[in-house]
Order: sequence, then structure tokens, then C-alpha cells
Amino acid sequence: MHDDVESTVQRICQSYDNDGRRLMDIVTDLHREYGCVDPEAMDLIARCVNVPRLRVQSLVSFYSFYAEAPRGRIVIRLSDDVIDRMHGYDRVAAAFCDELGIGMGETTADGLFTLERTACIGMCDQAPAGLVNDVVITHLSSDKARQIVQDLRRHGDPHQLVTSLGDGENGCDLIHSMVRNNLRKAGSVIFSPINRGEAIRKALSISPQEVIRAMKTARLRGRGGAGFPAGMKWEFARGAGDGQKYILCNADEGEPGTFKDRVILTERADRVFAGMTIAGYAIGASEGIMYLRAEYAYLKPHLEDVLRRRRIDGLLGETVLGRNEFAFDIRIQIGAGAYVCGEETALISSCEGKRGDPMTRPPFPAQKGYNGCPTVINNVETLCCVTKIMEEGPATFSDCGSDQSSGTKLLSISGDCKRAGVYEFPFGTTLREVLNECGGLEAQAVQVGGPSGKMVSPADFDRKICFEDLATGGSVMVFGPQRNILDIVHGFMDFFVDESCGYCTPCRVGNVLLKQLVERVRDGSGEPDDLDQMRRIAGTMKATSRCGLGQTSSNPVMSTLTTFETEYTDRVQDGPDGQRRGFDLAESVKAAESIAGRPSVHTGQDD
Amino acid sequence: MTPGITFTIDGKQVTAAPGQTIIEAADTAGIYIPRLCHKPGLEPFGSCRLCTVTVGGRPCSSCTQPAAEGIVVESDTDELNEHRRALLEMLFVEGNHFCMFCEKSGNCELQALAYKFGITAPSFTYQWQKHDVDASHPQILIDRNRCILCARCVRASQDLDGKSVFGFVGRGPNKRLAVNAEARLSDTNVDVTDEALDVCPVGALLRKHVGYKVPIGKRQFDHTPIGSDVEGEPAPDDCGCGGAENVCQCTQSE
Ligand SMILES: Cc1cc2nc3c(=O)[nH]c(=O)nc-3n(C[C@H](O)[C@H](O)[C@H](O)COP(=O)(O)O)c2cc1C
Ligand code: SF4
Ligand code: SF4
Ligand code: FES
Repeated sequence: MHDDVESTVQRICQSYDNDGRRLMDIVTDLHREYGCVDPEAMDLIARCVNVPRLRVQSLVSFYSFYAEAPRGRIVIRLSDDVIDRMHGYDRVAAAFCDELGIGMGETTADGLFTLERTACIGMCDQAPAGLVNDVVITHLSSDKARQIVQDLRRHGDPHQLVTSLGDGENGCDLIHSMVRNNLRKAGSVIFSPINRGEAIRKALSISPQEVIRAMKTARLRGRGGAGFPAGMKWEFARGAGDGQKYILCNADEGEPGTFKDRVILTERADRVFAGMTIAGYAIGASEGIMYLRAEYAYLKPHLEDVLRRRRIDGLLGETVLGRNEFAFDIRIQIGAGAYVCGEETALISSCEGKRGDPMTRPPFPAQKGYNGCPTVINNVETLCCVTKIMEEGPATFSDCGSDQSSGTKLLSISGDCKRAGVYEFPFGTTLREVLNECGGLEAQAVQVGGPSGKMVSPADFDRKICFEDLATGGSVMVFGPQRNILDIVHGFMDFFVDESCGYCTPCRVGNVLLKQLVERVRDGSGEPDDLDQMRRIAGTMKATSRCGLGQTSSNPVMSTLTTFETEYTDRVQDGPDGQRRGFDLAESVKAAESIAGRPSVHTGQDD
Repeated sequence: MTPGITFTIDGKQVTAAPGQTIIEAADTAGIYIPRLCHKPGLEPFGSCRLCTVTVGGRPCSSCTQPAAEGIVVESDTDELNEHRRALLEMLFVEGNHFCMFCEKSGNCELQALAYKFGITAPSFTYQWQKHDVDASHPQILIDRNRCILCARCVRASQDLDGKSVFGFVGRGPNKRLAVNAEARLSDTNVDVTDEALDVCPVGALLRKHVGYKVPIGKRQFDHTPIGSDVEGEPAPDDCGCGGAENVCQCTQSE
């Protein structure tokens, strides 16, 4: 066994040239063989790639898909977020626990199964969902859960769980998944038919500066959330010297309730890779990396195949379209379960084989990014827009949309609506139109922009989806009148507690404190002062956190404290007896008596 | 003399050399910006966020933000000091800090800052997390109950000692100080003369056998509030009462 581990580690490390920057891949590959990286393997890896052991341990302990202790051969991860919970997560989880005879986070005695909860896996339109190793399982129920365990006990092969295939490319041999696209509305940009190679041909026929100008004329803004003008970002990177540069595609799609990039990667991967290539040409980069979240590992063989075909067709490689002066190729970097890695500097850290800690800015990635070189990071959807702008020209693109937001926006809609799925709307569409189309007009609240976005009440349904009004990376969660707003807020805070990288004080501690306060208020043991304390904590988190995660993670609380204030104030009023609602006199007396070691004075009366 | 960068902090004109951060320039100008993770001689880290100032109204950490010509920096404002108070309270409830029997008391920067900001008890809920103590090394002690994850020891070990004795594992609230060995400090190549052992702002990383060499009451912050060295104010005469500046009745009645 000992020699075996040693030679495996050596083989894997060698396949990445013993390069410490590829630690993510090394650790991922080792997990495929052993399910964990134990202390012995850590030492071995550290020796092979010549880094301190602690760096390996630090990495392994950071990502939720990695483990130091042995796990089952089959790891079942249930997507645990607000939407999955609304659709019966608890029942499904209980069925898995019962059928496996273990609790959440445990491994069966035979070493076959590990059961875990995980953050949103990008399947809210087919919730409750989960992962069995890399295989996605959707529309779970407790019956289905039991059946899955029984089947796995019989054949032991997660791939055999896929008995009915999803639509479109989901059914192709390389994806072979039950995932459905649920593409409800294809618009004029992202999901329009594609003419492979055309956009690159057009881009290479003009100068890199002209390509950048086209992005500016089209007024293309980033689709990943922040809405930064793409042309400007590219210009910074282009102007940052003549050395090595990189294009990174952000396919981490971790904001709960977002799943539009999943559908793009399934149906329009060519358009994304073309966008990366055009960006590479524009800034003078010869290498691109797509950072793909581990939850989408099932798409990797398909994406690799698209890349392979593009190389054959001369759309990637040493001489793109036969042009000697333009070499460009793309590799896929798989993540390992960390929402914060969607933050651009954390994404760079992760690509470099480190913990996903965001980096200090300045320097900005456009000056000093991946491997210390100028780097442009764009979202999957942004890069699709790039291709489309090259195909049809900037004017056609900017004709569509609102004043400050041109083009279309993909929305991932889930929750209490009749038709959950992906919709492509022109920017400037009102939330009411969106709800009308997806069958969610009964909503008491809609969360726009994921947990870090805004909770919108019906009074604001006429607001517009665009950067200048309701900005969103694409997540739209619909909540019907039967939902408890504070349960939702609590679920969001739960997410941020789990996903904070822990680097800075306000986010590491503040999220925990906010979650506890929400819990107190929700459960009726809160006090009016608690609401002031929430505001105080949230204010400090927003002003002092180091990255976007901590700067926005108090939004669920602050946004609902404004829009749904009575949800809080009603619960912290004194009860009809003049006492705090959460205060149970008899219980408190009992607790005090037990501390004092006295017999109860209440015997017979209250019990 | 090379022309410096000129800008203002709280209305006061200061000069910085190119490449200097705001906090470095402030130190030179005798303006104290509260800090915990920052320590001159170590690479900026930016984790405690106590040094948050506003530049043109936008918050940023002054220990990592480069000084720039003409910027308007605000530091000593009610709003920012309120954030600093909240951050300190967060650190106090996150760890397990019992100053009354901590060897660092009086030399502890966290404690001294709490006094400076008038925090007698945090208003947030104590977390009472479980933390490990590592007393394996004959001459060095790690008490993680008091660690504020400032990475001073991590950076000093790496950059000053040329080792990698310390680092972090876990994420979010589960982030912990770790050592470069399977479990114990005694299995690392740490040495009692390492500079990493001189930088801990709190009582998390201590040398053994020298405890209480300087008695309580005679320690760095017992009579001089934190920041006095930067502000260049003379230390008040030792009144001998053993109390810290803000609570010491002797100095307050002056
Ligand atoms: C905590 C956090 C998570 C993020 N996650 C993502 C993500 O999953 N996908 C994404 O494209 N951008 C994400 N972003 C935004 C990126 O930092 C970055 O702005 C974006 O990828 C830039 O691309 P764009 O300009 O094309 O939008 C995240 C930001 C933060 C702060
Ligand atoms: S705000 Fe701080 S702790 Fe939170 S994710 Fe960003 S760097 Fe990490
Ligand atoms: S042990 Fe001390 S120096 Fe090291 S991280 Fe903790 S508080 Fe900072
Ligand atoms: S001193 Fe600047 S963040 Fe800690």
C-alpha cells in the first residue's frame, strides 16, 4: 500500500511536470484514485513539487471537495441552498441518511459511501439536486433517494444512474447527463445560431486596437456581476507591456440560483472559446484558462472535445487561422468547491495552485494577475457577447437593451414559478414582465442577483433589469406567499458563513454573528436591540471587508431589514404577557435551579 | 532629494516616497492609524482591517493602499473609529481572550487597542470556539485561543527567517494557525531565536521560561497608550499604579 501511494503520487506529479502551480490538478487527480489526501500523501506531494508540506495542507483544507480523511468510494453531495430546501431537501436528505444508515457528513462502515451537503450546484431549476461523484442527479425525492442508494449498492457505478437523458447536448455521449437545459427563451445574442470561425476571422481582419474599440462601441459590460466595461479592461491589459499575458474565463458560476453559464457551456461552448480567442488577440495573450467549477466537472469531457475540434480547425493553436503572429490555446482548470474562487483574484490564486484567498488590490489583474502577468478575467456570458459583437458588429449589439446596458441578459429563474429555467431578455425588461413570463407573479418577494443581491418586494416589480437599476449576474429566485422571509435570509447567511475565505476579520466573524442574530429573531428570542446590532455589524462588514464577498454578504439582512422590516420588528416586540416572546420563564427557572443544584420549586405545577 | 508624493490625512499635509503605502507615510508624519496585522519590516497583508481609512470617500486598508498624489485620506473620524471598535469586538468574541491570566497582558496590541477605543466588554455574542494549544516545543508555546490570524508570524518565518514554520488551514470561521508538520510545532525546524517569535501582537505565540520577566504594571502599554511611539508623545511618568492609560485613575486625574 505504501509503495503504491508513493508511486501514484510521483506519477501524478510528474504528469504536471512537478509544477507547484498545478497543485489543484495534482490534488484533484489524487482524489480520483484515493478519495483523499492523507498526511502521508501530503508529505509526498510536497516533496515532489518542492513546496512546504503546509502549503499542500493549506490547499486541501480550503476546498470543500477535498478531504484529508478517507472518504467513501462514492461521495454523494446534496445541494443545500434555499431553493433546494423549498423543494424538499430535508426529506431527500433524511431518506439518504436513513437508507445509508449514516448522518450527514459521515461515511458508511464499509467505506463505500460518504454523504455530504454542499452549496448550490447550479441546478436550482431542477431541484432538489445533487452530485454522485461527478454525476449530477436532479429532481430528487425521498423515493428516488432510496432507489439511488439501492442501485449504487447493486452496481457501484454512478454513471449507471443516468437512465433518462437531458435535452440538447446533455444527451451527447460526452456529457451523457440527466440535466435539462430548461432554456425557456432564447434571445438574439447568446443562444442565436452560431457560424463557427466567423467571429475570429472578422477579428483577425482588423487590428487588436480596433477589436477593443468595437467592444467599447458596443458598450459591452461584464456579465459576471460587477458590470465593468470589457473594452476598458482589455485596454488596460493591452497597455501593460509586451510580455506574456493571459485570458481567464470565469466559469465558476457559484452565486446560488445562477445556472445560465451551465447552459451556455452545454450549448454554446464554441462561442465562449471564440470570445476568449478574440480577447487574447486584442490584448496580446497566447494562453487562456477556463476556470470550471468542480460541480460542472461532468461538462469537462465535452468542453475538451470542443477545444480539440477547434485545434483541428485551426481556430486554436500555434497559428490561429494560419496567422504566424497569433498563437492561442486554452486549458481547463477545474475548481474544487469554493464560491469565493469566482472572485477574480481568488480565481487567479486557485489557478496558481493555491488556497482561494482573494489577493490584495492594487495591483489589479490587468497589471499583475496570473503568474504575475497582465490578465483579463471575463465571465462566460461576457465572452459570448464578444463573439456576437464580432459576428454582427457593435451597432446591432448596442441597439438592443437599455441606456447604460446594451445587449441581452441571461436570467436563471428558480423557486416558486411555473417555468423555472434560463431566459434571455433584452436589458431593461421589467421584473414584472420577467415574472409574467416565468409564471411567478404571485411572488411575495424576488431575490435578484443571488444572496449578495437584493430582495425585491411587489412594490418594486416595475423596476428594470439592467446595471443602472436592478443589477444581476443572472440569479432570480422567486418566493411565493407561503415562504418565511427570515428562513430565506438565514439560509443565505448560512451560505456566506460556509463560503467566507476567512482572510479578513469583518467577513470571517461578521457573517457568523449576523447568522446567529437572524436565527434569534426568527425563532422569537430576539430583542429590539438585536436589529441595531445587525445594522452595526453589516455596516462594518460592508465598509471594511477585503473583497466583494464580505462587502456584499450582509445584503440579505440589510435588504430585508429595509424592504421587509416588519418581518423583524413583529418578532422582537414583547409578547401579550409583557415579556420577550422568546423568554420562557419556567425554562429559565429550571436552568437556574439545575446550575444551583436545587430541587425545582415548580414540581407538579408546570410539568 | 526626490520629489515626494503629497496628500492629506485628516486635513494634515503629508509626504510619501514613491511606493510607500498610506500607513507608512502616516507613520513618518507622526499620525497613528490603528493596525494589528501591519508591522513595519513585514510585507503588507491586509487581514485585520483596523487600518481602514477612506480615500476620496471610499474605504480601503491603508496598510496595502499605495499613497498617491493629491488623495484625500480620512482616518480619525467617528464613523471609521466605530468600525474599528466593531472589528476589535469581533476579534474578542471570536477568540478566547482572558487578559487577566495572559502572559501578554500589558504588551498585547489587541488589549491596548481595546483600551484606546474604550471597549470594556464586547457587545457581540461570544463564540467560545474550541482551539488547540501546542506546548510540544520545549521553548515555544502556541495558544490558538488568542490567535487573531494576522499572519505576522507566517510572514516573518518566511521572509525574515527563511523558513515556512507557520501557515493557515481551513477557511471561514474554521481558519486556524497551523505549523509545517503533521501536527506539532516540535516537529518543525522552528528555533527559539526565530524572528517569527517576536512579532505576535497577542499572546498566541510565546517563548517559554521568560514569562512575567517584566512585571505587570511595567509593560509597554501599561502607561503609554498604543500609538504613542508613532505620535511621538513622551510617555507619561510611571505613576506606579499598574493601570493602563485609559483606566488608570492616576493619569486620568491629571
Ligand atoms: C465572491 C464573488 C464571487 C464571484 N463569482 C463569480 C462567478 O461565479 N462568475 C463570474 O463570472 N463572476 C463572479 N464574480 C465576479 C468576478 O470577480 C469578476 O468581476 C468577473 O468574473 C469579471 O467578469 P465580467 O467583467 O465579464 O463580468 C464574483 C465576485 C465575487 C466578489
Ligand atoms: S471579504 Fe475577506 S474573508 Fe470574506 S471572502 Fe473576501 S477576503 Fe475572504
Ligand atoms: S500566532 Fe500571533 S502572529 Fe501568528 S497569526 Fe496568530 S496572532 Fe498573528
Ligand atoms: S493593519 Fe491594515 S488590514 Fe491589518
